[in-house]
Amino acid sequence: MLPILQIGPLALQTPGLMYLLGLWFGLSLAEKFAPKRSISADALYNLVFTGLIAGILGARLGYVIQYPNAFLSSPFSLVSLNPGLLDPFSGFAAALIAALVYGARQKLKIWNTLDALTPFFAVFMIGAALANAASGAAFGMETSLPWGIELWGAKRHPTQFYELGGAIAILLWLGRLSKRTDLSTGRLFLTFLALTAGARLFFEAFRGDSTLILGGIRAAQVVAWLVLAGVLWGLARINGAPK
Amino acid sequence: MRLNQPSRLSLHYSLILLAGLFWIWFSAVPQGTTTGGKIPAPQTGFLAPDFSLNTLQGERITLSDLRGKVVLLNIWASWCPPCRAEMPTMQKVWEEYRAQGVMVLAVNSTVQDTLTDTQNFVNDYGLTFPIPLDVSGEVTRLYQVSSLPTSFFIGADGVIREVVIGGPMSEALLRSRIEELLKEAR
Repeated sequence: MLPILQIGPLALQTPGLMYLLGLWFGLSLAEKFAPKRSISADALYNLVFTGLIAGILGARLGYVIQYPNAFLSSPFSLVSLNPGLLDPFSGFAAALIAALVYGARQKLKIWNTLDALTPFFAVFMIGAALANAASGAAFGMETSLPWGIELWGAKRHPTQFYELGGAIAILLWLGRLSKRTDLSTGRLFLTFLALTAGARLFFEAFRGDSTLILGGIRAAQVVAWLVLAGVLWGLARINGAPK
Repeated sequence: MRLNQPSRLSLHYSLILLAGLFWIWFSAVPQGTTTGGKIPAPQTGFLAPDFSLNTLQGERITLSDLRGKVVLLNIWASWCPPCRAEMPTMQKVWEEYRAQGVMVLAVNSTVQDTLTDTQNFVNDYGLTFPIPLDVSGEVTRLYQVSSLPTSFFIGADGVIREVVIGGPMSEALLRSRIEELLKEAR
């Protein structure tokens, strides 16, 4: 666990740094392979940039709407750099809408674009796992297994590293898959979704911070299973479609 | 009987989903076994580690005695610019919310500060909330503080709801978090 990286007088928040590196490397990789999916690297870059800006603005706006009184008494907080004043759900919705609008105006084909963005998503998942490893979040259940790590007062499953291994394996799998010439449009993205949902379904079982529902079932596993079911249905459909 | 390609695929996918359902059932755990706030650790979802310290005002303060109150535990030093920057906001919020059962504990990491500087700083800024003095560094270590300031928002049940590393925290952040915790405690 390394939440802060001290470089001389500079204290860098390592989790944030990992997310940024994930964005940067992911976007670079996606730009490199975008022409293979009939999307220009510039269009992909602009799409991601538009989504990011809209996501940040939307996340702040969503937070302001939820807590208007907190901002009425301190309007300068509207432009505060505190990441805690962002609402992730609003940010995601705003980024999605902005990306859809931008894509429609640029006449980008949705499945080609999603396939082109897949390396970006896959690398970002590696960045997210590294961020959790740095902060000690997404920690595991207690274990007596020899590879358990001491964290938060107990020996625990190193779930952050399980998820990191899973994310790297998914990226490598997608790398192999993308070399195939008979790949249906949309299959790369759907395979990424299926593998990621499968990984969440499997690794969540070792997490020590799961939200439990209905007699101890892990909520994240149920969501992952539903996503997996929907994606497998989609994969079955495109596998039957002409290439 | 040999299945054609689409049927074979559908069978594989159905088996994957069935295996997934089995795994969900197999990995279910009794309610309260994930986090649950039973173990003291300086992380969201865990019980805030207990400590007793003498304050700058000369009183003894114990964290667990504050159970039932929403607590903002801030660990700081007088030489740290973001710590200095957020103190007036903390004072403002403390004045406004203390009557509703909110406690601000600004633990001075005295092990890496001086008592004179701390006292001067508190006087200059007119801070009235308790300033526990971590002379031995016990609390700084217990809360695994790697950067100053570090703040812990603790619910009325003594469980840490959020850790904020670095600063300064904006007024809106303090207000929204405290209001959320007060709403939860009601």
